[in-house]
Amino acid sequence: MTEPVLVLSGLQKAFGALKVTDGVSLSVAPGELHALIGPNGAGKTTLVHQISGMLRPDTGSIRFRGEDITGLPPEQRAQAGLARTFQITSTIPSLSVLENVALGVQARAAHPLALFRNAARDETLNAPAWAAIEAVGLAERAHVLAGRLSHGEKRALEIAMALTLEPAAILLDEPLAGVGREEGERLIALLQSLKGRYAMLLVEHDMEAVFALADTVSVLVYGRVIASGDPASVRADPAVREAYLGEEG
Amino acid sequence: MSLASTAAAPRRDALAGRRPVVAILLFALLALLPVAVSLGLPSHWLTLVTRAMIFGIAALSLDLILGVGGMVSFGHAAFVGIGAYATGIMITEGQTEALLILPVVLVICALFGAVTGFVSLRTRGVTFIMITLAFGQMVYFLAQALSAYGGDDGLTLYERSTVLGFDLFKNRIGFFYVVLGVLLACYALVSVIVASRFGRVLRAARENATRVSVTGFHVSRIRLVAYVISGMIAGLSGFLLANQTEFVSPAFMSWPRSGELIFMVVLGGVGSLHGAIIGAIAFLVAEDVLSGWTEHWKVIFGPMIVLFVLFTRGGIVGLMRKLGIARHD
Amino acid sequence: MTTGLLIVQILNGLQLGILLFLVAAGLTLVFGVMDFINLAHGVQYMLGAYLAVTFVGLTGSFVLGLVLALAAALVIGLALEFLVFRHLYERDHLDQVLATFGLILLLNQGVKMIWGAAPLSVPVPAFLSGNVALLDGILYPTYRFALIGAGLAVGALLWFVVEKTRAGMLLRAGASNAPMVSALGVDINKLFMIVFAFGTMLAAFAGAMAAPILSVEPGMGDNILILAFVVIVVGGIGSIRGAFVGALIVGLVDTLGRSSMNDLLRLFMSAPSARAAGAALSSMLIYLVMAIVLFVRPEGLLPAKGRA
Repeated sequence: MTEPVLVLSGLQKAFGALKVTDGVSLSVAPGELHALIGPNGAGKTTLVHQISGMLRPDTGSIRFRGEDITGLPPEQRAQAGLARTFQITSTIPSLSVLENVALGVQARAAHPLALFRNAARDETLNAPAWAAIEAVGLAERAHVLAGRLSHGEKRALEIAMALTLEPAAILLDEPLAGVGREEGERLIALLQSLKGRYAMLLVEHDMEAVFALADTVSVLVYGRVIASGDPASVRADPAVREAYLGEEG
Repeated sequence: MSLASTAAAPRRDALAGRRPVVAILLFALLALLPVAVSLGLPSHWLTLVTRAMIFGIAALSLDLILGVGGMVSFGHAAFVGIGAYATGIMITEGQTEALLILPVVLVICALFGAVTGFVSLRTRGVTFIMITLAFGQMVYFLAQALSAYGGDDGLTLYERSTVLGFDLFKNRIGFFYVVLGVLLACYALVSVIVASRFGRVLRAARENATRVSVTGFHVSRIRLVAYVISGMIAGLSGFLLANQTEFVSPAFMSWPRSGELIFMVVLGGVGSLHGAIIGAIAFLVAEDVLSGWTEHWKVIFGPMIVLFVLFTRGGIVGLMRKLGIARHD
Repeated sequence: MTTGLLIVQILNGLQLGILLFLVAAGLTLVFGVMDFINLAHGVQYMLGAYLAVTFVGLTGSFVLGLVLALAAALVIGLALEFLVFRHLYERDHLDQVLATFGLILLLNQGVKMIWGAAPLSVPVPAFLSGNVALLDGILYPTYRFALIGAGLAVGALLWFVVEKTRAGMLLRAGASNAPMVSALGVDINKLFMIVFAFGTMLAAFAGAMAAPILSVEPGMGDNILILAFVVIVVGGIGSIRGAFVGALIVGLVDTLGRSSMNDLLRLFMSAPSARAAGAALSSMLIYLVMAIVLFVRPEGLLPAKGRA
């Protein structure tokens, strides 16, 4: 097997007496879609925050492409090729879809902060942005302000923004949450189309989607991974059925 | 308002083709003012509008950080004051050459901006407002303590600056056009910056700093650069102000001046650069008219600000948009 | 500087700190609980002083005048809350800053129209008029001691209310998480009004107490407002304990700085330049303290819990 892109070892994080992450170790291989499931309050989003650098773990390490990134700030992790989406969609409302995505392209460009060159007319930014917008099926909405998109479109936009970072891994924090059935199916198809090209860590509640998409499933309960493996064996695991699947039906 | 209706979206950015109609109109009208004065408009207007344009430069620079970058600085008058004092002190010491004064003004303002910005930008929201206010007061008290240069009473200048030895600033109409030229140049510069890659990140960070940082940008460093640029432009307006009034005093940077600059920006319409200039002109004209009526003009002006905040949104440029005069963003 | 002078300067610093605490306490509660930046808080301090001038003059009694001044300040504060402030709670900080700035212009000028531009004063009440002998036979006015004592008493009361009562618990909870408090079924608007009234009274009390020792003049609230900002930034937003510690630090540093900077600088420069540099440096001192605190702890020394 190839070297994993993302390796978490022994991550611990406590807020006061509450252990939200309790010795989590897992890895994501290149091209693998690793789903992380667990009941509400299991600490999934907190874990994603630690991986993306918005929270510091108390102990443990995060290795990305062979480098220890545990102490790096979010922007340096992003520059290293670790992209993320948010559980509550996070875009720039007053910028157009194209500008939102071009922002990501810009972050990887040679002069990301050029002071005098017009950004809106810059083909070196717009061309890759268009490619990402087309990949997520938002081409017709390219000039709409992000704040005016539907919920599912915002999710797709976030994924497009992540793609422009030319990421080695993408963290997806509940991309299907709050999205209607039709848009949900479109998003699942989108994730399916990205599968194999990027290492992805998918936090998701929608079991149907998880078992359809994932190569590996890990189950997080009270900050601890109680099971990990291919979808079929995780589904069959009695501990999982008791702790999680049983209670959610 | 949105461009959603254009079904087959053109493959270029919507912003690319915009023409700043209002701004062109504004500068054309300003350029014609001396003509109007020669045709009989009271010459008092020439002085008033020159002063308004100088404050327009300061308001424009504040709009870059406040409107575009979302940093509510309540200490912006400090930069104007520093620019004015650096100018006043150099002229008093016998150095009138603008090409020597200006670099000094810009460097001092950049340094002050870098140091105070570095500390202030560690905070956000209410704390940022309070800290910028406090740093502004610090400079105010410092100027009061400068007994060698007038202290509390201020410093009267007996000469204006020269440019390469020429008395370019002596003639009122000449000075008017110098100020207009500087205003135009600053407007162009800030517009270019706002439309640049840097400006896009600055705008994005105003709305969603977290998103910008996980996209790979160091947000507070970008804000600091904008803060320094803004301070330097405000310093430039201080240089012009000292030359126009032939007097500098600590009052230039007292905190009500900073509040007035904020009001100019909001009056014109936050984030619309020509709005800041219109706001400055409207403010100074209103001040001039009201103070002509009564010495207690602030009793009228204060409630006007309160009512303006409570009942309008988007300032003068927003109002023009509603009436269809200016285009939407 | 002799020990006696040093003690006098420390007492002066304490007294400034106490005044600052009274002003900053209301301001920090309003920030903390309502996330509302009220620049007009300093004007309420000024109004307290002016009202004291009028009512002490009318009644001839300091205590009665003080009580009436506080009542009048409360009425004016509530009227302003009703007319202006409550429409601003939901607005962004920029709107709050501007609208309260407009009020400052109005009230500063209004005071000038009603009471005139010349400084006024309130006589020190007879029962507090003497001096207290310190070391080396140095005298210190009894009234200033009374001011420090009254300020400490109000501070203790405030501490008790905020830390030990149910209303105080709601306040502290509101300072770190206002939505939670409203989820508990507390009428947030009422809570805001009470907090606001409370802050107004504290500021007016500080102004009225300062009236016998400082000159009462238009704009007197502006400087104290800025100092109160520094206090809050140093102490941490929303924290009464932070405001207390911050106020004492600012009061002492400012007073001692102004009195000793000359002597300190004269050790290594000539007298005139020491005087000039001393004046400049000492006026900047508290801002330098603020910058250092912010650099080390951007959230302030004693931030309200759950807010850091």
